[in-house]
Amino acid sequence: MSDIATTTDAKLMEGPAFVRGQPLAPLPPPLAEAGAIGWMRKNLFSSTLNVVLTIVCAALIVWLVPPLVKYLLIDAVWEGSIRADCLPRPDRPEIGACWAFVIDRINFFTYGFYPIEERWRVNVFFVLLAAGVVWMAWLDAPRRDLGVIYFFVVMPVVSLILLLGWPLVGLAKVPTTSWGGVLVTVVVSAVGIVFSLPIGIVLALGRRSQMPAVRLFSVIFIEFVRGVPLITVLFMASVMLPLFGPETWSPDKLLRALVGVSLFAAAYMAEVVRAGLQAIPKGQYEAAMAVGLGYWKTMGLIVLPQALKITIPNIVNTTIGLFKDTTLVFIVGIFDFLMTIEAARVDPNWATPGISTTGYAFAAIFYLIFCYGMSRYARFVEARLAAGDRR
Amino acid sequence: MEQQTTGIPGLKPAPLKTGVAVDLIGVHKWYGDFHVLRDINLRVTKSERIVICGPSGSGKSTMIRCINRLEEHQQGRIVVDGMELANDLKKIDEVRRDVGMVFQHFNLFPHLTVLENLTLAPIWVRKQLKKQAEEIAMHYLQRVKIPEQAAKFPGQLSGGQQQRVAIARALCMNPKIMLFDEPTSALDPEMVKEVLDTMVRLAEDGMTMLVVTHEMGFARQVANRIVFMDEGQIVEVNEPKAFFDNPQHERTKLFLSQILH
Ligand SMILES: Nc1ncnc2c1ncn2[C@@H]1O[C@H](COP(=O)(O)OP(=O)(O)OP(=O)(O)O)[C@@H](O)[C@H]1O
Ligand SMILES: [Mg+2]
Repeated sequence: MSDIATTTDAKLMEGPAFVRGQPLAPLPPPLAEAGAIGWMRKNLFSSTLNVVLTIVCAALIVWLVPPLVKYLLIDAVWEGSIRADCLPRPDRPEIGACWAFVIDRINFFTYGFYPIEERWRVNVFFVLLAAGVVWMAWLDAPRRDLGVIYFFVVMPVVSLILLLGWPLVGLAKVPTTSWGGVLVTVVVSAVGIVFSLPIGIVLALGRRSQMPAVRLFSVIFIEFVRGVPLITVLFMASVMLPLFGPETWSPDKLLRALVGVSLFAAAYMAEVVRAGLQAIPKGQYEAAMAVGLGYWKTMGLIVLPQALKITIPNIVNTTIGLFKDTTLVFIVGIFDFLMTIEAARVDPNWATPGISTTGYAFAAIFYLIFCYGMSRYARFVEARLAAGDRR
Repeated sequence: MEQQTTGIPGLKPAPLKTGVAVDLIGVHKWYGDFHVLRDINLRVTKSERIVICGPSGSGKSTMIRCINRLEEHQQGRIVVDGMELANDLKKIDEVRRDVGMVFQHFNLFPHLTVLENLTLAPIWVRKQLKKQAEEIAMHYLQRVKIPEQAAKFPGQLSGGQQQRVAIARALCMNPKIMLFDEPTSALDPEMVKEVLDTMVRLAEDGMTMLVVTHEMGFARQVANRIVFMDEGQIVEVNEPKAFFDNPQHERTKLFLSQILH
């Protein structure tokens, strides 16, 4: 094709037989393929359609980014303690984001009405949770088997005691009605994940079970929950849950929402896990059976560890959806992160025409950071699995 | 349950309780309408090495998979060392513990190291201590000549090494009988020998073996009897020399002419 090929080898090839004399040293690629210009030609301007798309995207960036930067950074107000600080003044006619408001109310956004002197408990909870998440997410972490126990048993119990309080160990009771903000959003998401995954696994196994009754129950549950919106599930949980207990029983409002969210997420997790189970070759089951492992040991030691591993990206994606969906718990009167912003933006101390935009921008950034982080993690795991890391 | 006298137990094949390792008596099996096993009668005695061959789809895999209940037969009786395979789950697990199986595609557990592959069942099924299980596992890895691979994952081994690990995994359960379903047919030619050598040594130790294979050299060298199957039936059974030199059935002659030329 190119002139590089015209070497002595070419002459030798003319005969019917060929024996390599000199080994060929590797050469650098032809110029047009390498470097910035080569990259641009290949990726941005390879065809007419590509050229058009490149121009449209460039236009979009030029159109959107400067005003965003101007609003979020250049015109933003960073210092202040009352609404007047975020109103236009003659020397500052254009007002951007009022970060002073966010900074002023950040504790409210984080803890809601959690008593100020008890907020360290929430911080400890955040640390416990973060430790658990890192232990689970870091694929090469030591003793991940213990990590599973920590994440699904130890941490939930300790957190429950910590957040709710237990007078016996000197922790004052804090009713869930005074929880709020990021705390509630994180609690709802974390509980959703911690419970939905095991329940989802059981449902997924049930759906593949040999026993018709178990299979039928799993299918009905999964299809029913997936067939209705989360709001419906939340309403049902908050209205129907009390009906299952004794007449005087009135379960905690937050608990009702948690049950609703967990069951909802479990149905989705079940389908995600089922897809993972389906990817495990029949030979794995046969090998496990052939060495005498029973159903539960086969599942627990052979099938699930492999299935869950390849399912991690999808589990994370479901988690992202769940994390965002938790904003719907306000419907049943739970004071989550978005609700604290709602409450703060109409607070007369800060209410200005532009304050809502600031509040929602902050919420958007908050959700974006977490969801993007999770999404990156899912991509990372995917790439690692694709690289054929058989561990 | 087991009598373990010496330091490391289970280095020799576990003794059979009866003289008959496997007894197939009038076994039939259907896949839907398809009659895949038709009146199979075969008695395998202690330390006997049986090689099963026959054209593709003749039911060889199905037959040996019935012996450890990976497939269920519908008529007739299968008795493994005095235990009859029926719908009793406990019995089935008991039989599976005593019958090792090696698959064409190895079926190692890819998420576990080689050593963990070997110790998993002894620990969880035989209730051995981890340390003891690892000692035994290392012994068998030495026997199959890859002790240095213990800490690796199956995906990091060659096909021949993986198959030897699979053999060692089965041996770690201290089985009385070993089943092989085309153990070398997924291997590159240069790796076939190392796996066959392992199997020859196993035969020399007196293991009762049923081997589905097309390696006729191995059959000649190791088999006590060769079973030829076609269309779900046993067509001919004979000692290797007679089987190869003087096949009786037309179907056997045709088959041998095709694979031996
Ligand atoms: N699960 C199944 N359902 C239906 N038919 C099956 C099933 N498994 C195997 N069969 C059929 O049963 C017949 C025997 O299969 P088997 O795997 O025992 O053959 P084999 O002798 O081992 O062949 P090969 O040499 O190709 O491995 C084949 O015709 C196959 O198509
Ligand atoms: Mg077969």
